[in-house]
Amino acid sequence: MTARARVALVLVSHSRALAEGAVELAGQMAPGVLLIAAGGTDDGGLGTSFDAIEAALAAATADGGSAVVLTDLGSAVLTAESVLELADPDVASRVRLADAPFVEGAVAAAVTADGGADLAAVHASAEAAGGMFAGSSSAAAEGGAEAPGAQDGVVRGTVTVRNPLGLHARPAAVLARMLAGYDAKVQVNGANGASVLALMKLGATQGHELTVEAEGPQAQAAVSAFVEAVEGGFGEA
Amino acid sequence: MTLDVAWAIGWVRLSAQTVTEHRSELIELDRQIGDGDHGENLHRGFTAVTAKLDALEAPPADIGEVLKLVATTLMSTVGGAAGPLYGTAYLRAAKATGVAELDSHGVVALLEGALEGIVARGKARPGEKTMVDAWTPAVEAAVAAADSGATPAAVLEAAAKAAGAGAEATVELIATKGRASYLGERSQHHMDPGARSTELILRAAAQAAG
Repeated sequence: MTARARVALVLVSHSRALAEGAVELAGQMAPGVLLIAAGGTDDGGLGTSFDAIEAALAAATADGGSAVVLTDLGSAVLTAESVLELADPDVASRVRLADAPFVEGAVAAAVTADGGADLAAVHASAEAAGGMFAGSSSAAAEGGAEAPGAQDGVVRGTVTVRNPLGLHARPAAVLARMLAGYDAKVQVNGANGASVLALMKLGATQGHELTVEAEGPQAQAAVSAFVEAVEGGFGEA
Repeated sequence: MTLDVAWAIGWVRLSAQTVTEHRSELIELDRQIGDGDHGENLHRGFTAVTAKLDALEAPPADIGEVLKLVATTLMSTVGGAAGPLYGTAYLRAAKATGVAELDSHGVVALLEGALEGIVARGKARPGEKTMVDAWTPAVEAAVAAADSGATPAAVLEAAAKAAGAGAEATVELIATKGRASYLGERSQHHMDPGARSTELILRAAAQAAG
């Protein structure tokens, strides 16, 4: 947990304030990730800057690191692609553009990166963020229907949400980051416990009962840590 | 008859001149269905290109070198989508040429390279109310002219004329790509600014050859 994440994020927006705000938001949930804003034109106006994106990518990939790029509107995508077309192929090979909603993708990718995930996993996390809020059926309902086999080495636990605000962004990020550190596949009410967005989408508020199921070598430890964290109330009154 | 590096430099200078002259018109077209920055962005971009040309110690060796200078400068100075789109167009056009002189089929290769770059970058198809709707007929007309034995200047003239007709035809299209697509049906009855600037730039290419 002390090592800095392996994958950095570059957040490209037409607006400097929007890019910097997204860095701030994602950074609160993923303090170990290098997040670089590349927003607005060079004179601070609305638009995207080739030079700013180029500089951000150079910083993000320095020392052989890799980076996922998130973009907002059309020309941000086009400019980022152009930077990559003209970039050193060695640098370009360590960069991936994510087709993802800007804010949700940034948060999801940052939390995944903070757990030490590799480039492909961080990229996939950003791209999965788009579908996370689509559709009307809740993950909880889907999960409840397919109860996994009881004797397959699945460790279970239940815990009631205590903090007044429930699993909003900050606690969801705390839990996702924590669970990503265990060698176990963890589901919370059927949702992926390592995904901050999946946890948020549960909409679990105070008094809500959560069922946690884990498989893998550290399943017991993961379930215990989860129950303890939720009972702890995340420092809220 | 062939076109050489002097033509390419002339094309760039005339492009800068025409986008400056039509700056307000492009701003107004873009204000109606986009974010209103197209005229200002192209003006800024081509002004930067001519400044770089003026600052060169040795003149560019070939057409490809001129086009590459335009490509990288537009990419880093044009803030909107036009920067990467035109930048990639000039970049791929440079790759498609690179030789000292262009005959009629060389001109076609240059234009095809540019269109290919725009499509690769913007993913737009004809009919979506974008600059592709000017570039596509321009390339088609250029191919037809070159195949019928036209001079390079006549090939460019045919391309410019077709780009103008293509730009005119975007007026009745409903945008399904780019910023204007957010407007849906409200984008109709307006000319696409990128198609219009394409016409201006190809017109400059023909003038430089004439």
